[in-house]
Amino acid sequence: MCRLSAITSAEYFSPMENVMALNTMKEGHDGSGLGLVLRDLGGDFESLKQYPVLSGICSRDGLNMLDAFMMTAGFREVHFWEPDIDASAPLPELGQRDHYFARAYEYPPAMKNRSQADREELLLDTRLALRELGEENESIFVFSFYPDTITLKEVGDPLELGRFFRLDDGSLEAKIVLAQGRQNTNYDIYLYACHPFFLQGYCTMTNGENTAFVPIMEFLTGRGFPGYMGYNSDSEVFAHILHYTQRQLGYPLTYYKDVMTPLSEAEIDGRKDAAALRLIRRSLRPLCIDGPNCIIGFTPDGSVFMTQDAKKLRPGVVGGVPGKYALMSEECGLDEAVPERDKTQDFSPMKYDMAIIKPGAGELKRWNQLTY
Amino acid sequence: MEPADILDQNHELSLREFPYIVRWRDDRCTRCGRCTAVCPVNAIEAAPHVHRRVFSEGGSPNPQASREIVHVVRQVTDIERYCTGCGTCTLVCPNEAIEPEYNPRNKFLTYKNVGGVPFRRGGRRNDPTPSTVDQLKFTRISMLTDPALDAGRHEFRIRTLLGRNLPPEALPLKRRGDRLVVGKTAVRPAFSALGANQSEPGFIPPVREIYPIRIGSMSIGALSPHMWEGLAMGVAYLNEVEGMPVVMCTGEGGMPPRLLKSRFAKYFILQIASGYFGWDEIIHAIPEMTEDPAAIEIKYGQGAKPGDGGLLMAYKVLKLIAQIRGVPEFVDLASPPTHQTKYSIEEAVAKMIQSMSMAWGFRVPVYPKISGTKTAMAVLNNLARNPYAGALCIDGEDGGTGAAYNVSMDKMGHPIASNIRDCYLDLVAQGKQNELPLIAAGGMGKTGNLAANAAAMIMLGASAVDMGKHIMQAAAWCFGDEYNRCNLCNTGRCPRGITTQDPRLYRRLDPDVVAQRVVDVFKSADVELRKIFAPLGRSTELPIGMSDALGVADESIAERLKISYVC
Repeated sequence: MCRLSAITSAEYFSPMENVMALNTMKEGHDGSGLGLVLRDLGGDFESLKQYPVLSGICSRDGLNMLDAFMMTAGFREVHFWEPDIDASAPLPELGQRDHYFARAYEYPPAMKNRSQADREELLLDTRLALRELGEENESIFVFSFYPDTITLKEVGDPLELGRFFRLDDGSLEAKIVLAQGRQNTNYDIYLYACHPFFLQGYCTMTNGENTAFVPIMEFLTGRGFPGYMGYNSDSEVFAHILHYTQRQLGYPLTYYKDVMTPLSEAEIDGRKDAAALRLIRRSLRPLCIDGPNCIIGFTPDGSVFMTQDAKKLRPGVVGGVPGKYALMSEECGLDEAVPERDKTQDFSPMKYDMAIIKPGAGELKRWNQLTY
Repeated sequence: MEPADILDQNHELSLREFPYIVRWRDDRCTRCGRCTAVCPVNAIEAAPHVHRRVFSEGGSPNPQASREIVHVVRQVTDIERYCTGCGTCTLVCPNEAIEPEYNPRNKFLTYKNVGGVPFRRGGRRNDPTPSTVDQLKFTRISMLTDPALDAGRHEFRIRTLLGRNLPPEALPLKRRGDRLVVGKTAVRPAFSALGANQSEPGFIPPVREIYPIRIGSMSIGALSPHMWEGLAMGVAYLNEVEGMPVVMCTGEGGMPPRLLKSRFAKYFILQIASGYFGWDEIIHAIPEMTEDPAAIEIKYGQGAKPGDGGLLMAYKVLKLIAQIRGVPEFVDLASPPTHQTKYSIEEAVAKMIQSMSMAWGFRVPVYPKISGTKTAMAVLNNLARNPYAGALCIDGEDGGTGAAYNVSMDKMGHPIASNIRDCYLDLVAQGKQNELPLIAAGGMGKTGNLAANAAAMIMLGASAVDMGKHIMQAAAWCFGDEYNRCNLCNTGRCPRGITTQDPRLYRRLDPDVVAQRVVDVFKSADVELRKIFAPLGRSTELPIGMSDALGVADESIAERLKISYVC
């Protein structure tokens, strides 16, 4: 079983806080990987928020290919980050890669007066092209290419990786960090299978198995959106369902829950938006999940949420203080991340619930599917 | 060489050529005559035999012989009176003295063409081997990392949608604050032209939430009044008492007008076929109908006899049937093999769908039913582009019928598994797998595994399945099987009273008992579906297209259906 650790804060903080929280939950993961997504960046990237950041891993050859590709595509590098590797820390399980990087680029000149949608389309196309370029010989892994976002993934124990990357050296900070400590189950250890998954500002990580994976994956790939691909993990669809319902269909965030765990006919009757819900339930029927899944994610505006499937559920708890909230798999993770909170206010979302924390981490909103 | 005069039976058949040989036991028979009276084909008859008896009387052996005339039950060797193996004789025998036995070495089809008339019968394809669907197993069992559900405790929603689902992008939804509301919707679509997305913005096609196992099309006329009534009562009970939204299709033959105008009409799918039988009455009843029917099925083909028409023999067209169908009594009712609406799917079929939709104000899903065929995907793609088509029902080669030529039933048609799978994957490639439901028919429950067959078809991509023969067997004790047992549906002499209009025969069938059995069948199938879905970890929505759950111990089938090969 994987372990999840998300923190949202009004202030910038180090992703090492997430890693330390993961470490307290070590009984729940086998140290087979760490995935990190940082959003609303601080540190060196605080002044670079308008520039898209390409995050990934590559070999020496891969870096040459990547540079050549980006130059041809018209992207000009404005900032370069590589972790200051701690040589005394244990190496990652598959050895040290040549380059771990996060690079901020200036958009190609042709994009100067183009819309946000056009720019997002270019960033996606570029990321997918780079993925294709380096996927076969594993010379290039690119996890995200989006403004104000950095993704870091590697195979190994989260705490050892945190030390290896010197995540506490202050060079990387953010107001939202999602981290997953991986428990490898059904699939080979593969970086593209590692959570969290990010697409155009939408990000999720999941604990559990997705029994409805194939019909969901087939439905998403049929939408004709190029970013709905990959699926090296059955959990990647959760990020894409979020993207599809929010960005493509324009639904409010809470409908993410309504799509994945639709209410019964009788339950729908109690909702003010019953007519809309009925149509959604029919037309998005293939996106229904049956769990067991605890899903933590964020949307482009910086809202962070946790929700569950409707029957099996996986461990998940939310708690914090105004200004800092944590969404964890276990209480011990919360204790590590926000020890000063009022524990009686901790919230474990159940069958109908969704925990939502708006940007700035001011308060925890408990949304209930039945009483909305 | 023997003289020719003692071979005077040279042109007679021996019993060995017959599919069933009647085993009669002299020592048990009480000569009550019930078996010969009840035999639907007069395959057995009372006959005198001369027996030679040797006996001895007195204190010392004194063997003497005498000849006695005794009455026996004899199987005739007239091919027109062949024993069908139905076993009604065994059923009525008070002393277990008689039973037909299947003869696997028979040469029945070689001879059953007297007068140049090929063998005709009812039933389904005479192939007792397991169908492809029957070979599929559910191999993705949730274990440890993915807990299974509890079939007895968890909430299950075993329901499906019949009718066209709009793609999410086309839903007329508007955002009002943090809520979604339905925007302005049209009552009916625009008629300007046909083709993709021609419906008026905001038109929401009608969709029914139904149980994913349906009772397929069997008409009043093909079925006896008692059988049809039993099915209808069972379906009404399932809906109103058990809360299971089971629907049944009328077949081409209309519906009793009183029922049509009742609140029960919503449980029926009205079928229209090339003969349009019953539709005069239906059209006249529309103004007085209080409920819309569940759907309208336009029959273009039938899996049991693809490309062949239907025929209700004159002797079945009694007063009741004639009234319901709006025809004179005692005339042959032929449904031509071809439809006037068949000539062009882009125009004629589309017009038929629109006409039917219009008759009920676009409130009722309308869909065509075709026989399984290699060309199913061409039909599918035309329907996918027709925004008013509510579904596509495909009837595979194992579908049953009340009457057909044996050659049509045994040698014509397409297996349902690959037909449905191809169509589903074609829809997936277009992203339309949730828009146009596929309904699989033909051979569901052929070996008694109704729920397993239904679940397998659903995981291959069907939204629902139809059963016909299975419910006749399970609810009304139909004798028919894939060894050509009974299969007398076409003769009007059904020994169970299922497919006959002869009151002497159908009074054997108690409609209340049939209804009870219908309920039994659906309730047990529901339990079995839960027992299948729960270990797979699914329960909220039907696992349509969950092909990763399927496995088969045949590499070529696995490759063809794009599922796992397991052994």
